[in-house]
Amino acid sequence: MTKTVTDVVCPFCGTLCDDLEVVVSDDGKQLLEVYNACAIGAEKFLHSQAEDRLTRPRLQQEDGSWKDVTYDEAIEYTAQMLASSTKPLMYGWSSTNCEAQGVGSEIGEITGAVMDNTATVCHGTSLIAVQDIGIPHCTLGEVKNRADRVVFWGCNPAHAHPRHMSRYSIFPRGFFTGKGHKGRKVIVIDPRKTDTANVADVHLQIEQGRDYELLDALRVAFKGLPLPDVVAGIPKEQIYEAAEVLKSGRFVIIFFGMGVTQSLGKNHNIDEAIAVTRDLNEYTKAAIMPMRGHYNVTGSGAVWGWQFGFPFAVDLSRGFARYNPGETTSNDLLRRGEVDSVFVLGSDPGAHFPFSSVKKISELPSVCIDPHQTPTTAVCKLHVPVAFVGVEIGGCAYRMDNVPIETRKVVEAPEGMMTDEEFLEKVLVRIKEIKGE
Amino acid sequence: MAEYIIKNGFVFDPVLGINGDKTDVAIKDGKFVETTQLANPKTIDATGMTVMAGAVDIHAHVAGPKVNTGRNFRPEDKLFNCTPRRGVERMQGGFSVPTTFKTGYDYARMGYTTVMEAAMPPLYARHTHEEIRDTPIIDQAAFPVFGNNWFVLEYLKNNEIENTASYIAWLLRATKGYAVKVVNPGGTEAWGWGLNCENIHDPVPFFDITPAQIVKGLIEANEYLGLPHSMHVHANNLGNPGNYTTTLDTFKLSEGIKPRGGWGRDQVMHHTHVQFHSYGGDNWGNFESKSPEIMDYVNSHDNITIDIGQVTLDETTTMTADGPFEHHLTELNHLKWANTDVELETGSGVVPYVYSPTIKVCAIQWAIGLELGLLAKDPMRVFITTDHPNAGPFIRYPRVIKWLMSQQSREEMLNGFKHSEKVIDATHLMGIDRELSLYEIAQMTRAGTAKALGLGHMYGSLKPGLEADVAVYDFNPEQEHAPDDIEKAFGNARHLFKTGMQIINEGEIVSNGNKRTLWVNARVNENPQVMRDVKEKFLRYYTVTQNNYEVAGHHYVPNPYVIEVDATQ
Amino acid sequence: METVTLTIKNQPSLYLEADNISPDAFAGKSAENIAALHAYEGNTQTTLGDHFEISGKGGATATETRIIVNGDVSKVKYIGMKMTGGEIVVNGNPDMYVGAWMQGGKITVKGNVDAFAGTGMKGGEIVIDGDAGNYLGAAYRGDWRGMQGGKITVKGNAGSDIGTFMNGGEIVIGGDVDVHVATHAEGGKIVVKGNAKSRVGGQMVEGEIIVFGDIEVMMPGFIYRKDVDLEVDGISARFALYEGDIGERHRKRKGEVIYGKLYQKY
Repeated sequence: MTKTVTDVVCPFCGTLCDDLEVVVSDDGKQLLEVYNACAIGAEKFLHSQAEDRLTRPRLQQEDGSWKDVTYDEAIEYTAQMLASSTKPLMYGWSSTNCEAQGVGSEIGEITGAVMDNTATVCHGTSLIAVQDIGIPHCTLGEVKNRADRVVFWGCNPAHAHPRHMSRYSIFPRGFFTGKGHKGRKVIVIDPRKTDTANVADVHLQIEQGRDYELLDALRVAFKGLPLPDVVAGIPKEQIYEAAEVLKSGRFVIIFFGMGVTQSLGKNHNIDEAIAVTRDLNEYTKAAIMPMRGHYNVTGSGAVWGWQFGFPFAVDLSRGFARYNPGETTSNDLLRRGEVDSVFVLGSDPGAHFPFSSVKKISELPSVCIDPHQTPTTAVCKLHVPVAFVGVEIGGCAYRMDNVPIETRKVVEAPEGMMTDEEFLEKVLVRIKEIKGE
Repeated sequence: MAEYIIKNGFVFDPVLGINGDKTDVAIKDGKFVETTQLANPKTIDATGMTVMAGAVDIHAHVAGPKVNTGRNFRPEDKLFNCTPRRGVERMQGGFSVPTTFKTGYDYARMGYTTVMEAAMPPLYARHTHEEIRDTPIIDQAAFPVFGNNWFVLEYLKNNEIENTASYIAWLLRATKGYAVKVVNPGGTEAWGWGLNCENIHDPVPFFDITPAQIVKGLIEANEYLGLPHSMHVHANNLGNPGNYTTTLDTFKLSEGIKPRGGWGRDQVMHHTHVQFHSYGGDNWGNFESKSPEIMDYVNSHDNITIDIGQVTLDETTTMTADGPFEHHLTELNHLKWANTDVELETGSGVVPYVYSPTIKVCAIQWAIGLELGLLAKDPMRVFITTDHPNAGPFIRYPRVIKWLMSQQSREEMLNGFKHSEKVIDATHLMGIDRELSLYEIAQMTRAGTAKALGLGHMYGSLKPGLEADVAVYDFNPEQEHAPDDIEKAFGNARHLFKTGMQIINEGEIVSNGNKRTLWVNARVNENPQVMRDVKEKFLRYYTVTQNNYEVAGHHYVPNPYVIEVDATQ
Repeated sequence: METVTLTIKNQPSLYLEADNISPDAFAGKSAENIAALHAYEGNTQTTLGDHFEISGKGGATATETRIIVNGDVSKVKYIGMKMTGGEIVVNGNPDMYVGAWMQGGKITVKGNVDAFAGTGMKGGEIVIDGDAGNYLGAAYRGDWRGMQGGKITVKGNAGSDIGTFMNGGEIVIGGDVDVHVATHAEGGKIVVKGNAKSRVGGQMVEGEIIVFGDIEVMMPGFIYRKDVDLEVDGISARFALYEGDIGERHRKRKGEVIYGKLYQKY
């Protein structure tokens, strides 16, 4: 016999689909099948069942070999490392639940850590832009129910957020959008001819790194003012035309991704895209949304927001919270040699950071908490495998539109494995003892 | 649990009619008791000090998505004002939009023990509750917003009060909410298309209903259920010159409706931050105060309560579910603008704002709030707020109290404004010689707010049997004092007890308390139609499933206090 | 004028936050008192005396106090932060936040500075003999009130994002600048004697930018108006005047729209 768990939330990307169905064995110990998920999401669930999965912490030895240790030893190692550091970096937090993030914050407070999440190499620049200019935003249901102009700028949901287009943005029929795809005009701005561009009504094949200029040109075009003949590789006629398509919509939504957040100018590209959205609100209704990557990077920014007031790159070292990307961001800290230990949870900087940063991590005392074996676990001194959040333990996660959804536990973790939150709670208690609090 | 006796203070308790008499206050097992019931109490010496019940804030924006947007998009609001971790206190930061920890501590320092989060978007209820959970000490509850909700619009279009009531009961349970909040009825739905509803008869696009129908219908549904609090409204046309007529029109929608439920409140409508709704003139040049017209109505109608929404003349962060208003504001001041429209339910906007005493309009706004307080005939129905953080941060309550209690301090302000003469001409404040008493302040911050929220059986008084929430202020009403002494005393409670637990001792925070989240569980008769409608809307229009919508108690509301309402009869 | 000389003797193992190296903190203090002022390394509080040899004494006020900093200070942040008067001379390459939120007095750096020098500056003068990093004279994150007054002179090159949200004051760069000059500016003046890359004056509301060299990519929102003769820093020449960013909002004065001005030398 098997049982089916419904309304399961997918802990993969920021789309946070919550309509999955998962078939588990009657004893709740084995996960058998996943329905409604995209290929990547399904893989995430099924991966928890891998036979070669690590279930106990392990410590890297002098000779590079690994030795299994108990969770208690791992807790002691982690607590001692953090408590003895002058400025630890506690990085990651995007693939775990808000409960664990909250406990992590308190550890960061006591040890004077810098707390940073994956936004630092992803949408942190968007967060900076929002701080400079704000953001007209909406929930994904507003897109589904109202949007008739959909822009994808520097993002490729067909690959990175596979169900986004069918659940929210291009295809669904909503309250005021009964015609679905037919009632919507889709514009893609991307230097490449992506699979997303293939479904677009308009594809502006922009010159790499000139997004800021093209966005500025759109603002000029909205006002009907003169433009140079070509901007960012796009003839001005096409720009005026695109401006008109946007202005004539009833509800415009702009989605953007790493193609603009991490190319030349970074936060300024987003800043100008938001300015475009602001301008459009003088003519019609418009909103803009970052295509957040990790399923709970948004939650990490939310938790730190209410606890410290900043969404990433939070420096707690002097006993209070400070924030200034360029200084308090992980890669700047590592590059400059500003931190003396590294704690990673719920992310894989080994795969996503520049080589020089990864090398720095490998040279410092380091701990990595992750259910998987990753490039990061390979360079850290201690690897603590934990239960999969959203598969083996529930907890709150925030979708790319900041909507909080409680992920579900669908299957038991292997016997004796700890969760992120449990592990952190124990580390916190131990650090308090060491610090005499 | 420990026993305490607070001895020899000057006690102000409007519920018990105690007006500055020296009375001892006894605490046992979390409640106030008769002094004779104490066996071996710890004594708190309040000689020469003022003693009041813990204060109750009826309207503030302290938790939830738009508050957090305000925090995260204003790093400059935290520049050079963060406080280190110390003793039991966690790190704190933020001036106009403080972190949750700072929110709890700062309220406690002012002697506040209960605070209402005034606008919870239902879809973001989990977020709101997570923040409330991380706000130490104070009891809190959150008001879900209903005034632009598609279910409500569709039911009330046909005046289906019972269906509206069933939906309200369902949503309060699903979101662990407390009361029916209405913000710019219909206008925020219109904002889904970049439009607005500017008066109570301006129809809502596509929904064939007017704001007047929404407000009246929600009052009726609220009283059908007999909820602890009345319908709580932020009317249309906020912040615009000449809007006082819209406010009066909105007030009138409450006429002829009586409170039900037996919660002890007399009102069926609480109108919030009325300062923003009391404007005359038809442009910013001839902008003027219409507080006398507003207060004439309030004073002569018992079934209305209001809070003032006092402008404190600070740099602050405005935030409201009134999406079109925030867009209007960013067009005026060109500062950064955040907006979130929430599917089927509501919207919101956030814009920083600098209320400068050198700007005439700001100074007039400042005067209007105080006029509302000073023209109040019944302080049990007119409450102190700053609509935190919209008109100013809540940490300015002690300053607002000072202004209300001191004509000298008000007139120093009026005379000091850059456009002093014009401000005096456009307002009525100059020459109002009323100085509120401590008894009246206790009505406006404790007894009155607790009663209006239907929480008079828990808060607002030192009466035996109530929750032992009490503040001791270093203020001797029998001694000469300067106006600033009032502000200083009310900003630095000498002692504070929350539910019988000592939170502040000799001015130091010594405990994070045992905060609770209040919510209302209204039981109604089965209503298959409403349940069918709910199911359909989730299948067709929401982007989360119905099963993933409801806020489960354990994590989000770890320490609930559930108020049961039986509306099955 | 009294002089205090600081010579670094113990390098921090990470970085040192030394916001107390300021005439305001040193005024009225002996070398011994100055040595006891706090500095921070990560979560650890130290003193200036732990890291510096200190001689001399502070003047009666900030204005009467001169500070000379010697040695390798490339790991020392916040020199001259919030100073209101007096003088600091740094014989070395200080790290971030030199003269951040400065209100008055003068800082001279005989080397390079890292990022965020002159952040949120309100007044006074910063002279840098070498190069400056990113965010020179820019606003703190989220603040719409960037540099409001004072003058920053860099003899070498500067990084990206100089003068973001600038409202007043002047920045003069002897060499080249990286991308984003005077983004969101609503006032002030930036002179670039070398070349600029791209995004010069993007989202600019008001203010002036003068570029002597090339601009690799001009913003589409800047529009050529006319040629003008100008004298800049003692050099007279003919400049092309562009106005912009025309995509951005602008106020009107006497019915005429006020734009940001970008002058480029022929």
